[in-house]
Amino acid sequence: MSVKVIIPTPLRVFAGKQQSTEVTAKTVGDALGQLTTQFGELRKHLFTEEGKLRSFVNVYLNDEDIRYLSKESTPTKDGDTISIVPSIAGGI
Amino acid sequence: MSTKVQPPVAQAGATAKASTLTNEEILRYSRHLIMPEVGMEGQLKLKNAKVLLIGTGGLGAPLGLYLAAAGVGRLGLVDFDVVDFTNLQRQITFGSDDIGKPKTAAAQSRLSKLNPDIQIETFETKLTSENALELFKDFDIIVDGTDNFPTRYLVNDACILLGKPNVYGSIFRFEGQATVFGMPHGPCYRCLYPEPPPPGLVPSCAEGGVLGVLPGIVGSIQAMETIKLILGAGDSLAGRLLLFDALAMKFRELKLRKNHACPMCGDHPTITKLIDYYEFCGVRGEEAPVSNLQVPEITPRDLKSRLDRGDDLFILDVREPHEFQICNLNGHLIPLGELPRRVHELDSSREIVAHCRSGKRSAEAVDFLRKAGFRKILNLKGGILAWSDEVDPAVAKY
Repeated sequence: MSVKVIIPTPLRVFAGKQQSTEVTAKTVGDALGQLTTQFGELRKHLFTEEGKLRSFVNVYLNDEDIRYLSKESTPTKDGDTISIVPSIAGGI
Repeated sequence: MSTKVQPPVAQAGATAKASTLTNEEILRYSRHLIMPEVGMEGQLKLKNAKVLLIGTGGLGAPLGLYLAAAGVGRLGLVDFDVVDFTNLQRQITFGSDDIGKPKTAAAQSRLSKLNPDIQIETFETKLTSENALELFKDFDIIVDGTDNFPTRYLVNDACILLGKPNVYGSIFRFEGQATVFGMPHGPCYRCLYPEPPPPGLVPSCAEGGVLGVLPGIVGSIQAMETIKLILGAGDSLAGRLLLFDALAMKFRELKLRKNHACPMCGDHPTITKLIDYYEFCGVRGEEAPVSNLQVPEITPRDLKSRLDRGDDLFILDVREPHEFQICNLNGHLIPLGELPRRVHELDSSREIVAHCRSGKRSAEAVDFLRKAGFRKILNLKGGILAWSDEVDPAVAKY
């Protein structure tokens, strides 16, 4: 399944400055795995050493938080968009 | 002829509430009054509303201006900071002659000129677990315009404990987020982000930069959401996370669900009072995240002495190319993010001094290189900013 992954601004520096990338994946977890294979430095910002998704990073399949779907096992379809949404705090 | 106009529906509640508008107010807000979504009833709701702004900076500026313009009867401004020259790029309530003044006083002055009829209270204080509940309790709506994670969690928790809506906005470089937390049956900040990122991972505006107009847009969205809540008009952002990408000029919306297991606002909350938010966020004492790295350092003066003496030192600049254009020490430029890939450009037999703007990124570079086996490596303490202060003022500060 061809899926677009949107990379948020704070993480673009670790992904060759790209705003998004296309991957072929059957599940969200698969797509994230491919993303971190393509951009190795993203791994530690997205995942803990035990391989769990960090809790200040949320992942959405289209407009739904994967925590309320099947988390990383959530299946993907052609044309889906995965958004990575980290905590940002700037305001002043 | 009567000079006061009676509203169609009398305001219930506390005796201090206004129930009329003067003719002057009717004229000032005429563009509101002629809209059925506002009308006299809505304008009176605005007049009787009490909104507390946490932060009077980039987000707080358009917020304060638009809420004052709309006639919100009571505005509270919380900020302990003073106006700095670098603020003027985006904090549009301030002018050049406000530099050095407390932000709350400068904002109060500006907002009063825009609308002398409203009440503006200033709280020139840092928001803490000790004062938050007391500060918040007399206001109806809290608007989060802060710039750090500990305060955002503090604002969230205080709002949930007091049952007050929290109009949230945040920015980074070219991206913004906005939503409304704390509505009945709605999510809170912890539903979205149960834990903060480790300090130093997500840069502040001073470190990451921000396009000045971005907080103008996001802060205006927060003002809009606040006014809609007061009027009870339209669909609020509660339950939706609005994402704004300024470069692509795209707005996206993601569903924001209440987490029924949330320790703060869930079905069985375990957090029932305010905590130490700096400890929660792994930051001790300082307002901004400080590097915990212990790396060998050299001061700018010592570096200058050694260079004058003719010591063979290799200067490594780990900033970004656009920063090098602003000012530089003629170092070898390898941006921090590229260091792992380009470490072969460095000769570990030479003594290397790494620098960045303020000493934080270069401390990470030194830590990384030491772990990679480099033994003769020092961090320039305070970065090129300190070099400008202590050695060569001709080097621009930014």
